[in-house]
Order: sequence, then structure tokens, then C-alpha cells
Amino acid sequence: MSETRILLANIDEPDLHTIAVYERLGGYRSARKALLEMAPEAVLHELEESGLRGRGGAGFSMGKKASFIPKGAMDKYLCCNADESEPGTFKDRLLMQKNPHLLVEGCIIGSVAAGANKGFIFIRGEYETQADILDAAVAEAYERGYLGERILGSDHSFDLVVHRGQGAYICGEETGLLDALEGKRGNPRLKPPFPANQGLYQGPTLINNVETLCNTPLIVEKGAEWYRGHGEGNSTGTKVVSVSGNVVRPGNYEVELGIPSRELIYGLAGGPPDGREIKCWFPGGSSAPVLTKEHLDLPYTFEAMAEAGSMLGSGAIIVVDETQPLVPLALRLAEFYRHESCGKCVPCREGTNWTVKMLERIDEGEGTPMDLDILEQVQGNIIGNCLCVLGDSMAMPVASMLKYFRPEFEAHMEAARARRDLDQIQPMGALELGGVQEAGAA
Amino acid sequence: MSASPEDQGRLRAVPLPPGWDEPVAIEEDPATIPDPAQVEVPDALRAEIERLMSLYPDRHSATLPALDAAQKVHGWCSPEAMRQVAAVMQVTPAYLSSVATFYDMLRTEPSGTRYLYVCTSVACYVRNAKSVYDALELEAAAQGLEGVELREFECLGACDMAPMASVDGRYVGPLTDDDAAEVVAAMKEGREVLPGRGLPDPGYRVPVAGDQAAGPPEEPDVHPAGGTWKEAELLDVPEAEGPPPHKREGLHPLDPGTSIVREEPEEPS
Repeated sequence: MSETRILLANIDEPDLHTIAVYERLGGYRSARKALLEMAPEAVLHELEESGLRGRGGAGFSMGKKASFIPKGAMDKYLCCNADESEPGTFKDRLLMQKNPHLLVEGCIIGSVAAGANKGFIFIRGEYETQADILDAAVAEAYERGYLGERILGSDHSFDLVVHRGQGAYICGEETGLLDALEGKRGNPRLKPPFPANQGLYQGPTLINNVETLCNTPLIVEKGAEWYRGHGEGNSTGTKVVSVSGNVVRPGNYEVELGIPSRELIYGLAGGPPDGREIKCWFPGGSSAPVLTKEHLDLPYTFEAMAEAGSMLGSGAIIVVDETQPLVPLALRLAEFYRHESCGKCVPCREGTNWTVKMLERIDEGEGTPMDLDILEQVQGNIIGNCLCVLGDSMAMPVASMLKYFRPEFEAHMEAARARRDLDQIQPMGALELGGVQEAGAA
Repeated sequence: MSASPEDQGRLRAVPLPPGWDEPVAIEEDPATIPDPAQVEVPDALRAEIERLMSLYPDRHSATLPALDAAQKVHGWCSPEAMRQVAAVMQVTPAYLSSVATFYDMLRTEPSGTRYLYVCTSVACYVRNAKSVYDALELEAAAQGLEGVELREFECLGACDMAPMASVDGRYVGPLTDDDAAEVVAAMKEGREVLPGRGLPDPGYRVPVAGDQAAGPPEEPDVHPAGGTWKEAELLDVPEAEGPPPHKREGLHPLDPGTSIVREEPEEPS
């Protein structure tokens, strides 16, 4: 089993980002079909039938989400979540850079299904190149009449705006994204109400990831039945998997869900260099609990990853090989989430901060065995206790590292303590004095 | 509570926001929405902000792009820049400042008009990114690089080219410690940084790291989508030098047969 390229089929085509090349390869046929030949209900039905699940991390059925949008004449919005900030994920970057029109077409189809007349692509500010490419693609689409008033003579009007973020991981969370799009600090909101009912400007809003929307033209063109022919069980279709970290060939690979994880990491990405062993791997971005090499034979599906105690998330595999000490890695991870925590909920704001402090202590040789227990407890107190899952995103991987590699944490702590003690050895006299005092106190 | 200087360092594990200890003029009235007639705004900036506001059903949505536009003109979100945006958008400067302080790419201090973000997030971290950042920092100090905001940044979404950096939005990588001098020199002289090694460059491909034999030779077609694989050139990745220092045998005083090898402590400066 190897790659199955349906989404990335034409990705190596030169100048695919221009509308001329995209149309030559059959582009905008699906948008035409959805607008002129199909009723909006039929588009929605097709998306539901396909079993397409959100590719942003939660894996919720895209069609079902669109069906939650209330019917009727009101201002409805479509938001494309292109704030791809999850460490290890770079699939949307590739899609937007090489094939921006596929996303524009996906947005058109999404807007038909949701009945939205205004759409926004919220792209992270760091992706300046990609945002420029998208801007150009949107302008081209307007020129050819694929966007704007009464598209292609149909009753549907749709405006699309590329909105650039300014660097905040939390804006990848859907309600944080909405606040940022409304021009506020990107704090997540309390749910419910869910964005489908009350989202952008308090209107019903459909929010989908770039890859999810990019799948919709294929589904409309070839049908739900065809789409369900790919993948396994409830994980239908293909998934663009970003493999990174200690592998020979990091990059994006499009595979059918259900491929063995070993095949992905070793077969496609080449495994760790120099024949090293895998210590652990994140199956779904840095927010996913780590798995070990024992889990390598699991099929790469939403269900199997969940059963193993982790998640498929955004489909980003980060491989960590045996030479990497875990405590500094956990510390780096925790620092990331501490920096990105918006500070609205106490368990996340304080939990990330204290996790960093404890890991620093352990790394610097000031940790005590009790710290590991407290560390574990703190993670448990974060999970499920906040408005959004940012805190959980730190707690889960750190807790899983502790679960699988506690002896390494203990050894690291002991070694660091020993190193520190050596550094603090005083001249002989002082040592003796200390000893005397201790004896006296006892 | 009076803490000794050393203690303060421990208390401040998280850097405090700028201006946290500055006195506040409590007698003064809060800044209101500036009168557009009294604030001079460069014509291009005004036109850009007005164009941005027209894109959205609610003008407040233009806040982030408008601040970005003002930052491009002023170099950072200075009080004056915010006053100008506030005058055009008809919001209070306080509202803009609350937004600007939230986002990493909006500078609320004059730390440079260009930027060099070095990704040190997990995927880059396991590929030596920290050492690349340290090298860049050293070089920047040595060569006296000015006007550039050099900082560690969170995942930039280019883990296939790890370790990497973003030079004013142009992604370059994979980097090694040896590239630091050239990157800094190029930025200082205003040249293009590492031509041919940036993501948008035509024909760009990521060289493959490490041992070729580890890959499946019988599958020569395997390559990541978007053409990020080049056979010809090998990336110079530091050799694994056994376990990290703290895990080497003989360092633990409790291990039997330990021979203690101590590194000389650094001279206090």
C-alpha cells in the first residue's frame, strides 16, 4: 500500500495556481455542477453521504456540521480555517500554495451547502507567500465570475475575503478564530451556542479546515459513493499526512485512511535516519498523546488512534527517535502551550505555566520524585476543564510521555540532580561543617 | 514583599509584559476616539485601512489587517501608529492596544522593522533548531545586526524543511549552524537570504537528510507531494554522538564504578 493521490493528483503541475491551468485540468466543473445542476439540499446530502470528516483535528462529520446551519433567509457565513498552527502540520500550506483554486472552489461548494453569502479564509499571518497566492486566486475567480453576485447566472451570490491573522495559535480554535475575525483578541467562546447557530457576527457560521473544503469538489464531481470507496470504516476518503521530525523524507503524503502506521513512517517517510529506533511518535500533531513503537502496526484511522489512547487530529506525524531526551522535549512542548495560552481559563493558564516550571526544575536538577506525581496530577486537572482544548493539548502529550517513559523522566531527574550536586561541591571544610550541623539538628 | 535580586529572577520565570511597572497617570482622562480632523494620517495608509474596512460587514474586523498595515508604515505599533488607525477606524486607542498585545506578529515595542523568526517548535526542535537559533543569535550580536526582530517562533508550518526560519515571510531551510553567518550577513546587507533555498523559489526541493539506505531503495517513486524531495544533495546533519551528556555512563555518582568527569564550571561574568 502506498500513496493514493486524489487531492494532490495534480499538485506537481507547473503553474497550477493560475486559473488557466486549473480550469484546463477540469477545475471549477464541480462548482458549476453544484450551482447549476444540483439543488443546495442535494449538495448537502452528497456531503453527508460521503462521510467526509473534518480534517482540522476534531474529525466531526462535515456534512452533518453543514446541516446544523439553520435554513431561511438570514446572513450566514462560511469560514475557512487556514490558521494552520498545530506543530507538525503543513498540509494546508502545500494545498494553498500549489492549488489555491481548489480551496476557492471548495469554499463555493461549502457556501452552497450552508446557504452562506459571505465567506472568509482566515489564514495565519506567517503564511505571507501563501496568502498572496490566495489573494491572486480569489481575484482571478472574481474576474471569471466564479465569485460575486449571482454566480454563473445562478441564484447564489458569494463573496470571499482572504483575512490574515497576526500570529496566535489559539486562532486555530474555531471560536477563537471568530473573535479574531471580528477584530478582537482571539479568546475562545463558551460553547454552546455552537458557531453553526451563532458564530461570526452572531450569525450562523460554517467553519471548516482547508483540507476538508478541498475535498468537497471531488465529492460533488465524482459522488459520495466513489468517495466512500476510499478509506476504511468511518474514516472515509484520503488524508494528507504531514510526516516530520526524525525521518529521512519528511513531507506530505496522501494516503487512504487505514494504512498501517508503520508503512507511513518507514515505507513512505523512510523512518529515522541511520537506522535509529523510534522512541515515540505523535500521530496527530503535537497536541496528540504520544504513542510508542509498539503502536506502529495500528492502522492509521480516527478510530484506531482513539482506541490506542491518542488521536488522529490534524494528521501530522512527528517522529522522535531514540537519541532525543524526552524531558527537554516535553519542556519545549509545554513552553509552546504556555506561550500560546490566551489566559482566559485558569486551569490552562496556570497549568501550562506550572508544568513548564516543574519540567524546568526537573531538567535543572532541582526536581524531586514528588514533582512527577504533581506533574501528572496537574495534567489531569487541566483536561476537560477549559473552554477550549488548548490546555488539554499540552496536558495530553505530557501525561502520555510520563505514562510511557516515567523511568526516563526519573533517570533524567536523578542525573540532573547528580550533576547539580557535583557543581555545588564546596571545599572540604564547608562540607564538614554542613555535616556537623546536620548531625546536630538530628 | 522585598525579594533579593536573585530571588526576583526565580519569581519572574515568565517575562512580564512591557510597561507593567511604569507609573500610570490616574488623574488623566482616558484617551477617547481621536478626532479625524486632528490626526494626520499618510494618505496611502488611510486609503488602505478604508479599503480593508469595506471588505467586512463590521468595520472592527479590519483591526488586525489595519494594524499590520500601520506597522508596515511605522515599523511597529507605536502609540502614534495606533492613534492614526484609531482615527481612521473610529475606535479607541485602548481597544487597538488590547488587540495588538495579543498577537505575536504585531510589535508593541520598537524591535526592528524586519523580522527573522526561527522556528524552534517540536518538529524543528528534534532536528537541532535550538542550536541554529543560538548560532544566529551569536552571529547577529557579532555582526551587529540592527533593525531586525530576531526571535524564536512557534511552529511556522514548514516542518518538512526543518530546521527553518522565516525571513520577512520568506521561508528558508533546512538550516545548519554554519548558515548563521551567511543569513545574518545577507540580512544586514539587504541581499536575498540563501537564494535558491527559500520555499517560494522556483525548483525548490528539500534535500534528504541522513542515511539513504534507511529508505526503501526498491521504491524510487516515493517522494512527498509538492516536490519536496531531492536526491542529489545530502543535508549535513550532525552525527548522533551517542546518548546525550547526562545519559552517558559514568556520570551518575551512584553508578558502580563511576569515574567522575566534571566539566569546568563557567567563569562568572
